[in-house]
Formats: sequence, C-alpha cells, structure tokens
Amino acid sequence: MINPFEIVETIRMIDDENLDIRTITMGISLKSCAGPDIDVVCGKVYKKITTLAKDLVKVGEDIEEQFGIPIINKRISVTPVATLVDALDEPSEEKAVMIAKTLDKAAKTVGVNFIGGYSALVHKAYTNGERILINSIPDALASTDLVCSSVNVGSTRAGINMDAVKQMGEIVKKTAEKTADTQGFACAKLVVFCNAVEDNPFMAGAFLGEGEGECVINVGVSGPGVVKCALEMAKGKDFGYVAETIKKTAFKITRMGQLVAREASKRLGVPFGIVDLSLAPTPAIGDSVAYILEEMGLEKCGAHGTTAALALLNDAVKKGGVMASGYVGGLSGAFIPVSEDAGMISAAKEGALTIEKLEAMTCVCSVGLDMIVIPGDTPASTISAIIADEAAIGMVNSKTTAVRVIPAPGKKEGDVVEFGGLLGTGPVMPVKRYSSEEFINRGGRIPAPLQSLKN
Amino acid sequence: MKAVVTVIGKDQKGIIAKVSNILYAHEVNILDISQTVMQDMFTMIMLVNFESDVIPFKDVTDALDECGKGMGLSIHVQREEIFTSMHRI
Repeated sequence: MINPFEIVETIRMIDDENLDIRTITMGISLKSCAGPDIDVVCGKVYKKITTLAKDLVKVGEDIEEQFGIPIINKRISVTPVATLVDALDEPSEEKAVMIAKTLDKAAKTVGVNFIGGYSALVHKAYTNGERILINSIPDALASTDLVCSSVNVGSTRAGINMDAVKQMGEIVKKTAEKTADTQGFACAKLVVFCNAVEDNPFMAGAFLGEGEGECVINVGVSGPGVVKCALEMAKGKDFGYVAETIKKTAFKITRMGQLVAREASKRLGVPFGIVDLSLAPTPAIGDSVAYILEEMGLEKCGAHGTTAALALLNDAVKKGGVMASGYVGGLSGAFIPVSEDAGMISAAKEGALTIEKLEAMTCVCSVGLDMIVIPGDTPASTISAIIADEAAIGMVNSKTTAVRVIPAPGKKEGDVVEFGGLLGTGPVMPVKRYSSEEFINRGGRIPAPLQSLKN
Repeated sequence: MKAVVTVIGKDQKGIIAKVSNILYAHEVNILDISQTVMQDMFTMIMLVNFESDVIPFKDVTDALDECGKGMGLSIHVQREEIFTSMHRI
C-alpha cells in the first residue's frame, strides 16, 4: 500500500495549496473545413467542433471526480482561422467575424470556457486572408464571449514583421475601445506573439499549429501554491537546495498532469499531445508566482534580484517536469500575468513592479508581458513599440514572448480595473510618455538575428 | 477499480463502522486499512476495490461526503493511480 504520508501530502496539495490541473485543451484541426462558401464553412466548423468535443467537458468532470483533482478549465484550440478566410470566395471582415461567431456558438454548445485560434501567423509577411482576419479582430472579440485570438508577428528564423507590429498596436487599441463598457476586457482575449508555439494549451494564446494532427489532447498543469509551500520548508538554505526543492515539487505536479492527460486521451479516444508544465497563478491568495519569488528572500516582487529568482524558478520547473512526462511542450515555465497574480497586483500597486522590470523578467520566464493594464490614452504606436521590444527579446533569445496589454479606456495611472474571476484585478501601470511613432511608422521587417557570435 | 479512502479529523467512536457500512452498502470491498495520528489529526487510510459495475463512483463519494460532514471529518475518495503516479517513478 502507498505510504500514508504521501497520500496526505497529495491531499494537502489539492485542498490547501491550490494544486490543480489548469486546463484540458482539445486541439481540433479545421483544415478540412476550408472552402469558398462562408455558410458551408461555418456549418462544417460547427459540426466538426461539436462532434469531436461533445464529451470533453463530461470526461473532464468525471476525471475530476474520480481522482479528486480539480480541473479548472476545459478548452478548445483550433488551427489558425486565417487559413479558412484565405480559402473563401471574396473574403471580407464580415465573413471572418461570422466564423468567430460560429466558434463562439460551438464552444457554448459543448460547454467549454474558451476557444482559441482566431489567429494568424504573419511573422514574415501577410496573405490576403491574414490581413482581413487581423483587421476583423476588434469586431470578432467584441461580438463573441469565448473566442480568443492571437497573432504571431516575429520569429527567430524570420525576424520581426514590423508592419504587423504597427497594425497590432492599432488593433489592441481598437479592441479596447470596442469594449470600453467592460474596461477593454476583450484585450484579455488577444495575444501578440513572437515564436508562438503550436501546442500551447493555455489561453488566450492557444491555437493548434500547422504541424499538428487532426485532434489532440494537451494538458496544462499548475501549482504555484505548492511550490511556495515547499519553499517555506527551505528557509535560509542555499540556492542549490532551493532548485532541488522546486524540481521535486514540479515533478510531482507534472506527474498528475501526465496522468490526467493519459486518462482524458484514453476516454476521448484522442491522441495525447503534451503536458505543459507551467506555473500559472490565479488571484486566489496562496496561488501566486510573485509569492514564490518573495519566499526566496525578496521583500517585494520587482525588487532587484527578481529576474535572477525567476530564472532559477523557471529552469527548475522545467528540469523537474521534463522527467515526469513522456512529452513536455507548450510554454512550460512560469507565467507572470500581473492582474491574475495576487502578489504581482500588490507589487504593482505599490510601485515595486514596473513594466521595465516585467520586461526584464520576460527574458527568463516562459512568456511575456501578460495581463498588464495601461492607461487608456496610450497611443497605438507606443503599444506597437512595447510589442516590438518583447518580440525582439523573443527573437534574439530563441524563446516565446508575448504581449497581452489592456489599454483600459478612460483609465489612468493609479486606477484599478476589476476583470473578475481568473482574470483578476489590474492596477493601471504607467508607460513611457516619449513617442515611438516615427520608429513604428518605418514599417518593413527587422531581419532575423545571427545565431552565433553570441554575446 | 482500486481507490483510496482517506478520513482525516478528530478521533471519535464509530468512524470505521460508519465508513465501512457505507462501503459495504455500495459493494465496495476493503482491501487494507491503516490508521495513524498525523500532526494531531486522526488519519485513516483504506485501500478499497469497487466491485459493482452499476453503482457509480459518484454515489459512493456523495454518501461518504455526507457522512464526513455529519461527523466533522474530511473524507476523500480518489482512484489509486493519482498517488502511485505522483509518488512512484
């Protein structure tokens, strides 16, 4: 029989330390739905999603019940919708929005809480359909509830498409204005990537990549609270011990993700893709990545030393998790979404955590500038410049970076925006007041970086 | 299907009797029992086998949950694999 202490440890992790499976995400390829007629395409999209994912929520709930492990989200990611728009006869923004509405309807029918993939990959250049899809994003996100959108504007191999960067600054701004009544909430469903990954199960950036199969199950685990509690037992110990403690904890968390992924894949008759072993915080007290960094000895997240602490955390999580799962993928690491993390909300309110520090942190964490509320009057060119900076970090360091900022209409520095639920509370953070307009207006492409002579 | 029943709380009369009665009523066979006091809490762990194909897992968890609430105990029922996968390579 299993050791009683181990049983109690598992139960404590779940009951007291917020251990959960953050998401079971079913990836569905929409390639077979492409065609010239918009009504036929929408019909096929709806049918395919509601057929393949009809049992997703039920299976998730059954697993949750039998294993006693909470599975917070059941979600769907689809192949980038821009390819469907490209195949249409006389494609238009209205037709693209019709597909978004179809995705929304299908998601509601099967009961998932988000569907991602209203996406375009334009890291080198645009196709006609991709340009139309991107232009339609503000309308698509404002007229749907569950659809998430992402655009890849750069990659290590292609460089950065600065035309797309410029456009995305404007799109983020328009998206916020379209949903001014909810403080620009739709921007929380829009991510701008560099080096986007094809198998990410986490929203809002999930889409099913071009290299993926017909249907796949990807699982995202979480558990910042468990890591924090484990580190409480390591007070005063050196960094070797800290890294070991995080690795052991990440191993256990990921094993649970692997079990759930295998079980879901078996019950749904869909191949298992990857486990994404990300520490994803929630606004719940004790479920914060910032508190882990503070547990390491920083007075407040954002203090000097935060980048080093995050680098250690991110690396140790990967090292611990890799052995625990047959296939690790997605974004894997530590997320730093400001509005979703109790410790970061507090650090940002006090001014300890600034956008500049967050930018430095994104060099060593798993994604990028995430869930940051900025003043509503921030010019589109400044948002584009923020995107360009993040994309440059991703491009040069061969890692995924992203920007998900919310220029909350009418809000200024010092205000606080309440999104509610997992999306939390966002203190409005100041951005630089100096213009980047001329820089952004240049357009064109930043060439791909040299991969040797690294300094 | 094997599962682990964990009862945590203040020691009192009748815990084993009540829990095992519910298990018996749902055609669940007890394979092993151990009990110990951990951090001042009474902890009983049962390894059980679900032998009925018709009684849903949820019925058992609901019945035990209700019993736990009545006695001020926390009772979990979880499939064995969660523990073996987490703690064994």
